[in-house]
Amino acid sequence: MNEPAPAERIAIRSHNDIVTARHAAREHSARLGFGRAYQTRLATAVSELTRNVIQYAGEGSCLIEEHADEDGCSIRVSVEDHGPGIPDLALALADGFSTSGGLGAGLPGTRRLVDHFQISSEPGLTRVVISIRKAR
Amino acid sequence: MKIPILRLGRILLASIQEDLTDTEAMQFQSDLVNEVAEIEALGVAVDITALDVVDSYMARVINDTASMVRLLGAEVVICGVQPFVAMTLIEMGRDLIGADCTFNLDQGLEQLKTRIASRGDIRFAGDEDE
Repeated sequence: MNEPAPAERIAIRSHNDIVTARHAAREHSARLGFGRAYQTRLATAVSELTRNVIQYAGEGSCLIEEHADEDGCSIRVSVEDHGPGIPDLALALADGFSTSGGLGAGLPGTRRLVDHFQISSEPGLTRVVISIRKAR
Repeated sequence: MKIPILRLGRILLASIQEDLTDTEAMQFQSDLVNEVAEIEALGVAVDITALDVVDSYMARVINDTASMVRLLGAEVVICGVQPFVAMTLIEMGRDLIGADCTFNLDQGLEQLKTRIASRGDIRFAGDEDE
């Protein structure tokens, strides 16, 4: 069996890497036994975040980590870039807001798909950490 | 990867069989819109049964493509949105897909026929090839 490693780092440099990252997110969550609804939510969330990287920063990275303990398991995805940063985080997290002509579902939409969502941004470093969790 | 666009009389049928990059999605949009104009299609069915992730970008491309096709004068249906895709899209935000949808391609083609007929367009083909 060619199983993915418990942690995987994917460089995000082109549109192809968005596809690679969302596939990886789905594989890792399937491997940990998350149902298809969760797999789809996580894959979609990763797709949104990595697209932001391409769109606003040009390049960055996506780290997918599996965790399992006696209480359950979780997947954490950290997406970061060294772009200009988000000037107004509160605004970027508001529904309907977009600077790129998108639907504005990006960040607020992504936040609703996952159990945990954390974002920090300053010029030169934007990091979004999301996770989904499942009890055993 | 280029998405094949099949022609059944003056109905166009496009089935997206694998996950698309953003670039491929835009290429598909432009191919489909051009093809609709070229043959003055009466209806278009886009089958997305095989898509297991539709994020806000892809949803927008699908929406925009449907609107463009309607602007040209054709009817459009989106077929086969997967249940988990539907759940995710609605959880992300409202109205990500505004086009008419059907469970599958069969129903999509039926709906196109009905709509084309109710428009009073009797040139519907699809049967004429049989």
